[in-house]
Amino acid sequence: MTTSAPATTRPGFLRRFLRHRLAAAGLIILFVLLVACFGADWLAPFARGHQDLALGPTPPSGAHWLGTDELGRDQLTELMYAGRISLAIGLAVAILSTAVGTLLGAVAGYLGGIGSEAILRLTDLFLIVPGIAVLALALQAFGSSMITIVLVLAALGWTYIARVVRGQVLSLREREFVEAARGIGASGARIIFRHLLPNLAGVIAVGISLSVAAAIIAESTLSYLGYGVQPPQTSWGSLLSQAAGYLGTPQAYLLYTPGLLILVAVLCVNFIGDGLRDALDPRGRQL
Amino acid sequence: MSSALTITDVTKHYRIGGGLFGRGHQSVQAVNRVSLSVPAAQTYGLVGETGCGKSSLGRCVARLADPDQGRVLVGDTDVGPAGGVPLRTVRRLVQLVFQDPYASLNPRLTVEQMLTEPLVIHGLHAGRRRERVRDLLAMVGLGASAADRFPHEFSGGQRQRLGIARALAVEPQVLVLDEPVSALDVSVRAGVLNLLADLQDEFGLTYLFIAHDLSVVRHSSATVGVMYLGGVVEEAPTDLLFEAPRHPYTQALLSAVPLADPRRERARERIVLTGDVPSPVDPPSGCRFRTRCWKATEICTTEPPLLLEVGDGQRVACHHPAVRGEN
Amino acid sequence: MNEPLLEVTDLRVDYKTHAGPAHVVDGLSFRVEPGETLGIVGESGSGKTMTSMAILGLLPRAARVSGSVRFEGQELVGLSDRRLRDIRGRRIAMVFQDALAALNPVMTVGDQLTEAIRVHRRQATRRELTTRATELLELVGIPSPVRRLAQFPHEFSGGMRQRVMIAMSIANEPRLIIADEPTTALDVTVQAQVLDVLGDVQRRTGAALLLITHDLGVVAGLADRVLVMYGGDQIEQGGVEDIFYTPAHPYTSGLLASLPAMQRRVPGARLHQIAGQPPAPTALPPGCRFAERCPHAEPGRCDRAKPEPVAVSATQKARCVRAGEIAAEVTR
Repeated sequence: MTTSAPATTRPGFLRRFLRHRLAAAGLIILFVLLVACFGADWLAPFARGHQDLALGPTPPSGAHWLGTDELGRDQLTELMYAGRISLAIGLAVAILSTAVGTLLGAVAGYLGGIGSEAILRLTDLFLIVPGIAVLALALQAFGSSMITIVLVLAALGWTYIARVVRGQVLSLREREFVEAARGIGASGARIIFRHLLPNLAGVIAVGISLSVAAAIIAESTLSYLGYGVQPPQTSWGSLLSQAAGYLGTPQAYLLYTPGLLILVAVLCVNFIGDGLRDALDPRGRQL
Repeated sequence: MSSALTITDVTKHYRIGGGLFGRGHQSVQAVNRVSLSVPAAQTYGLVGETGCGKSSLGRCVARLADPDQGRVLVGDTDVGPAGGVPLRTVRRLVQLVFQDPYASLNPRLTVEQMLTEPLVIHGLHAGRRRERVRDLLAMVGLGASAADRFPHEFSGGQRQRLGIARALAVEPQVLVLDEPVSALDVSVRAGVLNLLADLQDEFGLTYLFIAHDLSVVRHSSATVGVMYLGGVVEEAPTDLLFEAPRHPYTQALLSAVPLADPRRERARERIVLTGDVPSPVDPPSGCRFRTRCWKATEICTTEPPLLLEVGDGQRVACHHPAVRGEN
Repeated sequence: MNEPLLEVTDLRVDYKTHAGPAHVVDGLSFRVEPGETLGIVGESGSGKTMTSMAILGLLPRAARVSGSVRFEGQELVGLSDRRLRDIRGRRIAMVFQDALAALNPVMTVGDQLTEAIRVHRRQATRRELTTRATELLELVGIPSPVRRLAQFPHEFSGGMRQRVMIAMSIANEPRLIIADEPTTALDVTVQAQVLDVLGDVQRRTGAALLLITHDLGVVAGLADRVLVMYGGDQIEQGGVEDIFYTPAHPYTSGLLASLPAMQRRVPGARLHQIAGQPPAPTALPPGCRFAERCPHAEPGRCDRAKPEPVAVSATQKARCVRAGEIAAEVTR
């Protein structure tokens, strides 16, 4: 196509995004988290799984900033490696479920008819299903590998965004500019990808951020219940679950740090979603 | 003179309500066997009140809706669903200009992207689309600097010019103008009407001009058709229709238009119609206007009047048309 | 000299926006005499609707209102919400453009009408209220009023709903009716009916009417005097015939000339066109608001300070430093 650059790369975009202070802060913190976790091989203060049984559990100190667990493993190192799994699952699930949900929602909304009705009923079905129970069953059946966790979480997660996108498309497709696009001869695919979805960019950005957060939390819950990633792999959720017994003991610090990181990551992603929603609107934020 | 646009017996129903399997649905007869023709490079004004079917007819002509019956010819090409002409080809023959310049432009596309799109779809001006976009902007009286901007940066009148530019991008022969100026302020309206007239002179465009504002139609159309509840009740060369209307509805409609002239406005006799337009779901038998007509008789309830020529190119669908000179 | 019913003096409405303060109404002054019809015409963004909202005290809190609005000798600007509510609906009534939105969809028309009456007449009995409601519907020309009282708004057509709105507005015999684009949403034949009802009701109740519209035809038929707004202030005011037959401000004459005339068609004729755009309320020019688009504007004279209203006759005033000269030019 010979059309010029899409609207999202215009110079105003970055400025509008950065004007949203929380979003800018969220982006920086998330970036630091990603670098720390995925660069753990180089950045971590200790080797992965390095034990110091003689040391045992120690509270935070100069040598071990976040302390050590009962096997003498450095908590910071553990968190960095565990974060890889949590963040990777969160992002992979978000991208997969948003892509599927957006596509199905948009097609359902634009085409209408029986297909649309079927997709809507399917999403209704997913709403009433107790998600965590289904996840636990599915993981028992297929095994708790990272890929199965991602697939199962995405399979449960796409319905939310599909419903939202379908609803928005239903109202957008009645707008005259969509009709005008039909009038100049635009195909259904062109209308969906060029006229409908860009107008939903904000909704989709928020959807992605919510599903990153939801996936991180769901994975943590599963790990906590023992259905998540299996040792020797760890995630923030599984660290949290291992440390659960320390509540009220001097080793409670092992509990706080993974919980805090989950919270921080989820908040960052939410703020980024808000910022994207505002920045993606060429009209800018109206007061 | 040959007609650029010929509409024959076009009928359009819309289904409303009804259950999942179509039980209990009702149908609205939006357009009921309308026939008219427009000579090349001329303007046919279509007037009527809300729900009379003028916009539905326009959408059938521009193929944003498919007529249930009847034929629409552009020149000799049948652009209707039964004509067998690919929709892509139809799009290049007929374009529609929308009423609302705010809703009809995609807020996420720059003017350049918006005007390039039809060129891409139809494979026009490959290699010199940038220049073509600037040409289109110049045609509608906008500068080249408009190309990089988004719709919200323009005023209503400028947006309507952009809508016209988009319609012209595929070089159509017929433009359906669906209330093109009714969302605009008076001082802006004149500019857009002048632009449409200039474009018609320059490119020989044929217009189907749909409006509820009679003064706008009088200014811009050579022939005017009046619609009521889905059908054309009267059609005549513009001056004849305004000076010697024969259908009671046309007379009432004309007498209701407020004039921007206090003495004339206060001096004239209004024909005030009683009641409201009946529901198009269940239109009256016979003549559809009879429920509000002061001339209605027995025959009006039983026989739908035909649109018949009464001289000088005037056609009226009425059992009791006004006699010449009665006005 | 009797007192005017409504006297607006140097009314200003400002909003804070991204692009700095927006002066949507900018120093407007006018009077409405008892029983007269004043038409306020202007295009979108001219400030006409903001003016009516400011008079009624219905602007959102973000708006800053200053100046004076005196109604029956009482200052309305700065009055408490409770006192304003008492005046609204009883002494000043309003008719909006969108009757469907202004009526409650789940209450019968009768209940809404009696409620409007009861709010300001608490001791009335049920029978009195119903009688009065029936009377009101009859007054606005709604057939079989007793049956209609039991119906819901959606059972009324657009024109009938607007009549109900008019009936509600006159329920408490107001002295001033503010009608903001009362017929804009209606078809011409229905518009004609509603305008007739509005004029008739006004004659019978002796209320003054403030008619706000963009439609010059509506004003021509109903108004005694006309105020033309542009860029947040009046640009000209005068008797209805002054404005339509001898407009003194170039904007007014340009506006009238740009209307397609209801007369014989001249093929190839073009309409008079006013170049340019109205000024944004965030960037009002220091001089005459219209100077930028005015064919008669003189640099150095028109773009310095906002022109004072110049009396061109006993009844007509225009904010134009060249009003006299232009009038002479036009008559030649």
